[in-house]
Amino acid sequence: MLLETILGARPEAETIRRESALTTDAVPNPSKARRSLVRRRTWLRSKEQLIRLSLFGCALISIVTTLGILYVLFTNAVYSFGRESAFFQEVSLREFLTETRWTPQFAEKHFGILPLLLGTLKVTGIAALIGLPVGLAGAIYLSEYASSRLRNIVKPTLEILAGIPTVVYGYFALVFVTPYVLRPLFQGLLGWDVDLFNATSAGICVGIMIIPMVSSLSEDVLRSVPRGLREAGYALGGTKFDVSVKVVVPAALSGIVASFLLAISRAIGETMIVAIGAGFSTEMSLNPLKSAQTMTAYIVNVSSGDTPVGSIEYKSLYAVALTLFLFTLAMNIVSQMVLRRFREVYQ
Amino acid sequence: MSNLPEFQSRLASRHRWGRIFEAFCLSATLFGLIMLAILMISIVWKSWGWLDGSFFTNFDSRKPEEAGVKAALWGSLWLLLLTAIFTIPIGIGAAVYLEEYAKKNRLTSFIQLNLANLAGVPSIVYGILGLSVFVRMFGAFPLEEKKVLELSLWFTTLEIPLPFGPTIISGALTLSLLILPVVIIAAQESLRSVPPSLRHAALALGATEWQTIRSQVLPASVPGIATGVILALSRAMGETAPLLMIGAVSFIATTPGGIESFGDIIRNPGSLLEVPFSRFTCLPMKVYDWISFAKPAFQHVAAAGIIVLMGALLLMNATAVFIRQRFRGSIQW
Repeated sequence: MLLETILGARPEAETIRRESALTTDAVPNPSKARRSLVRRRTWLRSKEQLIRLSLFGCALISIVTTLGILYVLFTNAVYSFGRESAFFQEVSLREFLTETRWTPQFAEKHFGILPLLLGTLKVTGIAALIGLPVGLAGAIYLSEYASSRLRNIVKPTLEILAGIPTVVYGYFALVFVTPYVLRPLFQGLLGWDVDLFNATSAGICVGIMIIPMVSSLSEDVLRSVPRGLREAGYALGGTKFDVSVKVVVPAALSGIVASFLLAISRAIGETMIVAIGAGFSTEMSLNPLKSAQTMTAYIVNVSSGDTPVGSIEYKSLYAVALTLFLFTLAMNIVSQMVLRRFREVYQ
Repeated sequence: MSNLPEFQSRLASRHRWGRIFEAFCLSATLFGLIMLAILMISIVWKSWGWLDGSFFTNFDSRKPEEAGVKAALWGSLWLLLLTAIFTIPIGIGAAVYLEEYAKKNRLTSFIQLNLANLAGVPSIVYGILGLSVFVRMFGAFPLEEKKVLELSLWFTTLEIPLPFGPTIISGALTLSLLILPVVIIAAQESLRSVPPSLRHAALALGATEWQTIRSQVLPASVPGIATGVILALSRAMGETAPLLMIGAVSFIATTPGGIESFGDIIRNPGSLLEVPFSRFTCLPMKVYDWISFAKPAFQHVAAAGIIVLMGALLLMNATAVFIRQRFRGSIQW
C-alpha cells in the first residue's frame, strides 16, 4: 500500500501540488475531495501496467509449457480428439501393464511396458548404488571435514563434472568402461559374458553423472544444520564421526532424501548415456551384463529409425513417454513433499 | 575406575572408526575428480592425432580421415544464438514478475511449484513437445503441400515454412523451453539477493516500479543472472536428446543459410533470415552419429568432436566463473 502511495505521488510537480491540495485540504465539494491520485490514468501509468502484464505473460509460459506437455502426451497416448486414434484406444491398458513382451517392431506385436521398466530399473539401480553413497559421503566430507581451501578446489571441479554433456558419458561407457573395465573384470577374471552394450556400463556412467547433483544438494543441507547442534554433540563426548553421522546427517535427513529422489529421477530420465551404452534388447532378464533397453532409449530408437508416423509403433512412443513423465513427476513431487513435511526448522 | 581401560580401548576404537570413515569420505570426494581426470585423459588419448585444422574446415564425410565439424559448429552456434534470444528476455521477465510484482497468492505459488517440476522433466519429453508443437504444429498444416508464409521486407523476402519442420528455429524454441525453468530460478535467486533498501530508496525518490527495476534492481543483479544464463545455455549446447527427437539431421553438407564466415553476412544480409529456417546439425548430434558408426576409426573422430564440444563448453563455463568472480568484489551492499 505504501508502494501505491509513492507511485501515486509521482508525475509533474505542479499537478501533484494542486491535486494534493484538493485531497488534503477541507474542500467544500466532497466529491472532488475523494478523487484519488492513484486512479488517474496517465501515459506513464498505462506503460507500467503494460510492462506488468507482459512480464506476467512471461511467467505464464511455464504453465503453458506444462499444459503443452500434458496435452501432447495425453492426446497421442490416451485419448485423441482428432481423426487418428490414440495408443490406448488401440492397445488396452491391461496389456500395456501386464504383458511381458515388448515387440513393436516385429510382425507379432506385443506392447508390455515391463521389459522397458526392468531395463530402466537395472540402469537406475546401478546408478543409485554408485551415485548416492559416493555423493553423500562426498557431501559429508566437504561439509564436515574439508578445509575451505580444498572445498574451493573440489566444488568448481564437481561443477565441471555436472556440466559434461551426457553424450560424452555415453561415449565413455561404450569406448572405455565396457572394454577396459567390465570385460577384463567380469569376462577375463570370472568368465561371465559381457555384451558390448550392457546395463552396467551405462549405469556406472549415469551414477557418475548424478554424483555432483547429490553432493552439492546434500552439502547445502548439511551446512545449514546449525553449529549449536554439533557443539552439543561434542559436549556430550561424541567424536567427529559420532557428530557427523549421528547428529548432522539425521538433522539434514529430509534434504538428503530429497536430493536422492531428485537424482534418481534424473537417472530415470537420462537418455543419451543409455541410448549409447545400454543397447536396445527388450529381453526380460535380470543380468546386468546384458543389453537392456530403457524407456528413454526406446523413444530414441523409434524416433531415429524410419518408423512411419501414425503407425501403432510410433504411437507407442507417446505411451512410453507418458509413463516416463509420470514416473519422474511423481519422484519430483515426493521429493518436494519430503522437503516441506519433514524439514527441521532452526532459528 | 575399574572401567577405565575398557573405556580407553573403546574410545580408541571409536576414533579409529572415525578415521576410517573420514578416509572413506575423502576417497568418495576424490572419486568424482579422478573420474573426471580418467574421462578427459581417455578422450584426449582417443582423439590424439585426429584433431587438426582440417577438422574444423571440413564438412562431414563417410571417410573418417576427411570428416569435420564445419556444419555442426555453425549449426551449434546459430542454435545457441537463437536459444539465447528466446530465453534471455522471457526468463528474466518471468523472474522479475515472480520476484518483484507477484503477490503471494495461490497462482504465484503454483507457478513456483510448476517451475520446480518443469526443471525435473527429462529432456527427451521436451523433445516430444517440440516435435509436436514446433516441427509439426499439431499437424495443422498437411505435410504434402508445404505452406510458406512470405513476408516481404525492404531488402529481401522472409520465407517462413509452416510447419517449421526440423529447422534451427524449432530446435532453438525447444531448447528454450528446456532451459527456461533453470534460467528463471537462477534469475530469481539473483534478484532476491538485491537488498530491499535499494528498491525503497529508488521508490522514495519518486521512481515508478518499472523504473526502479530497470535502473536499479536489474543492473545490480546482472552478474548473477548472467552466470545463470550462461550455465543454462551451456547445458542447452550439450543437449542431444531433444534435438534427436525433433529430427535434426546428422549428415548435412551446407552451413545454415550458406554462411561460412562473417564476410558472408555482410555480403548477403538476406541469408541471415534463411538461417532460422534451414535444416541443421550440431556438435552433440554429430558426436552421437559418429559413435553409432560401426567403423572403429569413427570412434576417434567422435573423440575429436567431443574435444571441440567440451572446449566450447569450458569456454562458456569459464566466462560464467569469470563474471561471478569479477563482480563479487565490486558490488558491496
